[in-house]
Amino acid sequence: MSSTIAIDAHPPVVMDEFQYDNKIVRNFAIATVLYGLIGILVGVLIAFQLAYPFLNFELSYTTFGRLRPLHTNAVIFAFVGNGFFTGMYYSAPRILKAPMWSKKLSYFNFWGWQAIILAAAITLPMGLTTSKEYAELEWPIDIAIAVVWVAAMINLLMTMVNRRSEHIYAAIWFYIASFITVAMLHVVNSLALPISLFKSYSVYAGVQDALVQWWYGHNAVAFFLTTPYLGLMYYFLPKAANRPIYSYRLSIVHFWALIFLYIWAGPHHLLYNALPDWAQTLGVVFSIMLIAPSWGGMINGLFTLRGAWDKVREDVVLKFMVVALTAYGMATFEGPMLSLKSVNAISHFTDWTVAHVHVGALGWNGFLTFGILYWLIPRIYATPLHSQKLANFHFWIGTLGIIFYAVPMYWAGWTQSSMWMQFTEEGLLKYPNFLETVIQLVPLYILRGIGGVLYLVGFAVMIYNLLMTAKNGTLVETETARVPSVASSWKPSKGEYWHSRTVERKPVLLTVCALIAVAIGGVIELVPTFMVESNVPTIASVKPYTPLELQGRDIYVREGCYVCHSQMVRPFRAEIERYGEYSKAGEFVYDHPFQWGSKRTGPDLHRVGQKYPDSWHYNHMEDPRSMSPGSLMPPYSFLLDAPLDTATTAAKIRAMQTLGVPYEEGYDQIANRDLMKQADQIKGRLKQSGIETQSDREIVALIAYLQRLGTDIKGNNGNVANLN
Amino acid sequence: MSALIILIGFSLLAALGFLGAFVWSVRGGQFDDDYTPSVRILFDDTINPLPSDKSTPQTASK
Repeated sequence: MSSTIAIDAHPPVVMDEFQYDNKIVRNFAIATVLYGLIGILVGVLIAFQLAYPFLNFELSYTTFGRLRPLHTNAVIFAFVGNGFFTGMYYSAPRILKAPMWSKKLSYFNFWGWQAIILAAAITLPMGLTTSKEYAELEWPIDIAIAVVWVAAMINLLMTMVNRRSEHIYAAIWFYIASFITVAMLHVVNSLALPISLFKSYSVYAGVQDALVQWWYGHNAVAFFLTTPYLGLMYYFLPKAANRPIYSYRLSIVHFWALIFLYIWAGPHHLLYNALPDWAQTLGVVFSIMLIAPSWGGMINGLFTLRGAWDKVREDVVLKFMVVALTAYGMATFEGPMLSLKSVNAISHFTDWTVAHVHVGALGWNGFLTFGILYWLIPRIYATPLHSQKLANFHFWIGTLGIIFYAVPMYWAGWTQSSMWMQFTEEGLLKYPNFLETVIQLVPLYILRGIGGVLYLVGFAVMIYNLLMTAKNGTLVETETARVPSVASSWKPSKGEYWHSRTVERKPVLLTVCALIAVAIGGVIELVPTFMVESNVPTIASVKPYTPLELQGRDIYVREGCYVCHSQMVRPFRAEIERYGEYSKAGEFVYDHPFQWGSKRTGPDLHRVGQKYPDSWHYNHMEDPRSMSPGSLMPPYSFLLDAPLDTATTAAKIRAMQTLGVPYEEGYDQIANRDLMKQADQIKGRLKQSGIETQSDREIVALIAYLQRLGTDIKGNNGNVANLN
Repeated sequence: MSALIILIGFSLLAALGFLGAFVWSVRGGQFDDDYTPSVRILFDDTINPLPSDKSTPQTASK
């Protein structure tokens, strides 16, 4: 008797073909380079403006206060943002082995993002700003950002759903976390009550506004400048080195630890400010914990090159990436140190913070972007890099630029802090005139500017190099890929329900949709309940701004005065001696938005009210050096002639009423009457000092605001009133 | 300090969302293989690979 043995035939492997889109990558790369150039150019200009005030050109559009937000937005959202998209649109399809889900969404992302950047470049110099650092754009642009950003997120998530690779590589996790978190941060921080197409008031006030702003400000750094770029690092460093990441297991720990810890560290931007102590401590504790995952990422990247350091000597791409990771390591060690209260007491408001920020931005974000571009452009143009020598020159002069930038700023920070805090043996301030500390910094500001120029030169060399590389080759618009189809590569095991592809699709979308839904619900339910009725303890003597003061305040915001001046006297002996009573949380309850600032290039202004006569302010705005010899402040002579737009007064009062500021019912109808009365009084006082002006000029409103600052808790004799 | 309530609420929401994503990824076997993914990305699967100065990836020694 014979028998036959049945042999199971393995099903044939089916191959799918699809195309990678290099054109979208090329487009984003061009945008990255273009805006990087602009961002750095503006940065160099404003660096030298601080040393040579005439470089403000006495125009409102080009004063430091308006250009500094332009610089930060250009570098962060234009350069780094486009850099992220360049890398994401190249890496995500190749990792997931699927083309981006929607070509239309990809190009909507591209053109939408460029339109937003253009809108920012127009509105910021025009003085249209919310004054929230890294979030200065007005409400229509904020909406556009949310839409374009979420569209890009959907594109990536759907590509992930359609992936042919079962495993989701670490880089993709970083991208997704960035998209989700930034969307949430952006929406919450941007909540504002519009009064016109380009003017709005933050729904939060004072302390609460500061909290929300720096929760955003810290996490914008975390989830816009850090996590997306860590994702890029996890893809492009192994590709450039042609070696797998040192420890993929470590990348998993790195990612999940990082995103859990980052979100809590925001309060470390507000130490010693008028914020509850426990919230400050929370921020500090989580900041210290952040060292571990941050350094885990740095170690993972650098150790990938273990045993291949000879390659780093030869390969300029790897050189850039090594310095980027080292800068990341330095910045993420320094950040936690700066969050310790004793260190923060020294560094806050000084140029030390500027040094810290720029090690991260120039080194980590800048150099990683350069490494990626030098690796990527030759590939998509199918030709070698035009000049290795020029790339190496860029590397060295860029590194020098970072050093020349950061070292003087560290020095400046220490100089500022020590001069501000020093007392004589007799117990008096050793440097009572704030201007003495400013003048001391001028040589350091010049050196910092030179550092910026060096970095800019390197950047320009890169542009030439990449342009010549592109010219030498031809763009490979699409690359055809052949990959086993989903059916061939996914083998669900019997009983392994969780490996089922249909189930794996849904939890991601469910998580995202649930988060979005709950976030929207949270906003709608929580904001009106909590924000309109402020829970900050009130001080009886604190009153809403008068209509003229409110108009003056909006001029202060428009000109970006907060960029150089803080309004926060900390409870240090030196600050109380220098400025007056330390700032109380209850003094800011009507400040929509808060104006504490984060930098003291000039003195703190919280107690400046009634300190100088009206005529002093008038002359000071016209020519700061006439009242303060050696001052670095730009002239604001255009405010002397600009007419005050009183047509907006009623709308502003109504907006404030909606936000909970207790103006009496119907006050908007008579606000302009009170405004003109107060303006006439200021006009009269100026006339007594020999200054002729009309009462409806912007300078009058600004003087009204400045004279109001910090006076609520002063008695008539200028001393601090009894607060019981 | 109601802004803190809001911020902690949103932060907890994000953290819980991430926790959910983490649990999903663990149960979905995303971390069963913690070596192959790091090698897989070195191959682009293109029909006509673009010129490169490296022909085969070097495996990191451990």
